Amino acid sequence: MVTIWNNQMQSGLMAFLNSLAALLFSFLLFALFLVLIGANPMEVFGYMIEGSVGSSFSIQNTIMMATPLLFVSFCTALPAKLGMVVIGGEGALVIGGLAAAIAGVALSSTGYVVTIIGMFLAAFIAGGLWISIVGYLKHFKGANETIVSLLLNYIAIALMNHFVEGSLRDPESLNKPSTYHIGTDKMLGVLPGMDIHYGTVIGIVIALVMYFLFHFTTFGFSVRIIGGNKKAAKLAGLTIEKVILVTFFLAGGISGLAGMVEVAAIHGRANASLVAGYGYTGILVSFLAKHNPLAIIPVTFLFGALTASNGLIQRRCELPDATMIVLQGIIFVTIIGWDAISSMLKLRLVKTA
Amino acid sequence: MKNFAVLLSAVVALIGAVSCSGSKESTEGSADSTATKEMAIGFIYVGAKDDYGYNQAHSEGAAALKTIPGVKIYEEENVPETMEAQKTMESMINLDKADLIFPTSFGYFDPHILDMAKKYPDVFFLHCGGMFDSTKHPKNVGSYFGYIDEGMYLSGIAAGYTSKTKKLGFIAAKPIPQVLRNVNAFALGAQSVDPSITVTVIFTGDWFLPVKEAEAANSLADQGIDVITGHVDSPKVLIETAEKRGIYSVGYHTNQLVLAPKGFLTGAVWNWPKLYTDFVTMYKEGKSLSGLHRGGIKEGIITIAPFGPAVSDEAKKKVEAVQTEFMSAAGFNIFKGPITSNTGVVILKEGEVQTQRDPALESMSYLVKGVVGKIPAL
Repeated sequence: MVTIWNNQMQSGLMAFLNSLAALLFSFLLFALFLVLIGANPMEVFGYMIEGSVGSSFSIQNTIMMATPLLFVSFCTALPAKLGMVVIGGEGALVIGGLAAAIAGVALSSTGYVVTIIGMFLAAFIAGGLWISIVGYLKHFKGANETIVSLLLNYIAIALMNHFVEGSLRDPESLNKPSTYHIGTDKMLGVLPGMDIHYGTVIGIVIALVMYFLFHFTTFGFSVRIIGGNKKAAKLAGLTIEKVILVTFFLAGGISGLAGMVEVAAIHGRANASLVAGYGYTGILVSFLAKHNPLAIIPVTFLFGALTASNGLIQRRCELPDATMIVLQGIIFVTIIGWDAISSMLKLRLVKTA
Repeated sequence: MKNFAVLLSAVVALIGAVSCSGSKESTEGSADSTATKEMAIGFIYVGAKDDYGYNQAHSEGAAALKTIPGVKIYEEENVPETMEAQKTMESMINLDKADLIFPTSFGYFDPHILDMAKKYPDVFFLHCGGMFDSTKHPKNVGSYFGYIDEGMYLSGIAAGYTSKTKKLGFIAAKPIPQVLRNVNAFALGAQSVDPSITVTVIFTGDWFLPVKEAEAANSLADQGIDVITGHVDSPKVLIETAEKRGIYSVGYHTNQLVLAPKGFLTGAVWNWPKLYTDFVTMYKEGKSLSGLHRGGIKEGIITIAPFGPAVSDEAKKKVEAVQTEFMSAAGFNIFKGPITSNTGVVILKEGEVQTQRDPALESMSYLVKGVVGKIPAL
């Protein structure tokens, strides 16, 4: 155990330093881009700091913007351990949110704790089953998991619209079709003295649990063996189907919780506002975190910071919203291609183990 | 390593050069803003502010306010209807010291504006959508909306005169009351010219689906339809597609004549520059903006886009005549009997009238006779 931990720490530290170097490099490229479009990089970076960590309000803003990403990133991160690329976080979030809203309304006559647990389970199971479809089609039918999960996003949104605009619609929601409200007394509360709701805490706990599960248990070990070589795993006597389906179920279930948190902490109902693109940002987060559950936490806060400061940059520098998307793109490409870039620049600070 | 160092120093030098030249302006700017208390107004858009549609219409309203001395405008685009909307409002309040905020998307109201209004009672929120209810909503919230179906009715007249095939097309997002009201007003306007005119409606299912909208426009053109309009967040794609197919188009939200210089007829347009200027004047005079602000052509909230070259003088005359009627003291009623739905249900009998403020119009759930298409079952 101690050796595992030491190895983990060492490779983790190196990966961290490498990513940090990549991040700094992408900020340099972004500065160059800003100069090219005639903006002042120092001014933009100043507002980025002010908007993301400059005040207690800004810090809380960053944390809130990170929260949904904390969940949806796992839709990509966990299957990646099996060597599969799944991009179905958006769909799992939507299905989870819908299930949570249904459970919340169905349990409206029960107490607070029962409702919250009911919504939690409904979202987790619905999201889990949703992404299990991908695992099933991949393993048993040989379908491409990336394409299947992408297409399932559209189906999830269509299904949600169908129910929200049809049989589950609150007739009072005339021009913005929504389900019935779960009740203001059933909403997920905020941490004392802050704006941050308990969804953030749940997300961090889940990330820690996933880190433990995938890095320190036999289950996590078998996942990595299957990811490395399926045939070898089979010869070693692993029940591949089971491991794949459980991993996909967890991936979808956690993403489904993102929908539950959106419904229970923010909207109180399910409607088209659930479709905000968080699932797609989650893909970036997962790749940047190298699919490591522990690394997902700081990376989501980085993206939360970008989103939180985006507004200030738009408002003060009068730059379009796309400016920060450019930065996200630069960061993504730089980190993904960092090995190549750093060797090209003859800058190999540390070798990844 | 050497390459990297060269690159690094080049970049740093560049940044340094630019930030030195820029820093002068920024200090001057901040000195300005602290000297006198400016009024700060925030605008929040759900999409791009240059979308040739809903968001651009609001941004044009914001632009009109920039000319008022002592007013500073802060705009933020592509803000989804999630926690981000609340945080943007709060950020405008905390960091920009906003006094008045226009969160313009319909979906920002509940719960986002309501939550923020409770939290910041000194800031005023004006929401586009007309959902304010004084019995349950905070006092620092106002809501406004325009009877844009009046603009659609007038555009329907222009379309009715111009169409040769007598078949018009309407591309709609969702079958909600506001959209159905526009479809019906457009059809009734066209049928006032020729009762045999049909309007084929296609629901795309969402507010911003450019690919589906283009497909719908092409399919309408294939069916021999020669005027296309719609109610989506940005009609840009359908107007461009109509122009490409050599047929006519009617705009929505804002003036889109530049997109189709040949085939654009006119369109229903929000006159936000006027309303927003009025709001700011009222605010500065210390008047309350709370409550519901509604109006149509008469109140100057709705107008129509300039006529394109394909509109005949006869059509222009007729449109202008009805426009004058809308502005008259007696007004003009779009929804007056007899009106039958396209499924044969009698909506209004001969002599029955629904005026613009009639609540029945706000829960409209039918398509009038002559509209081809059906509302997905609810």
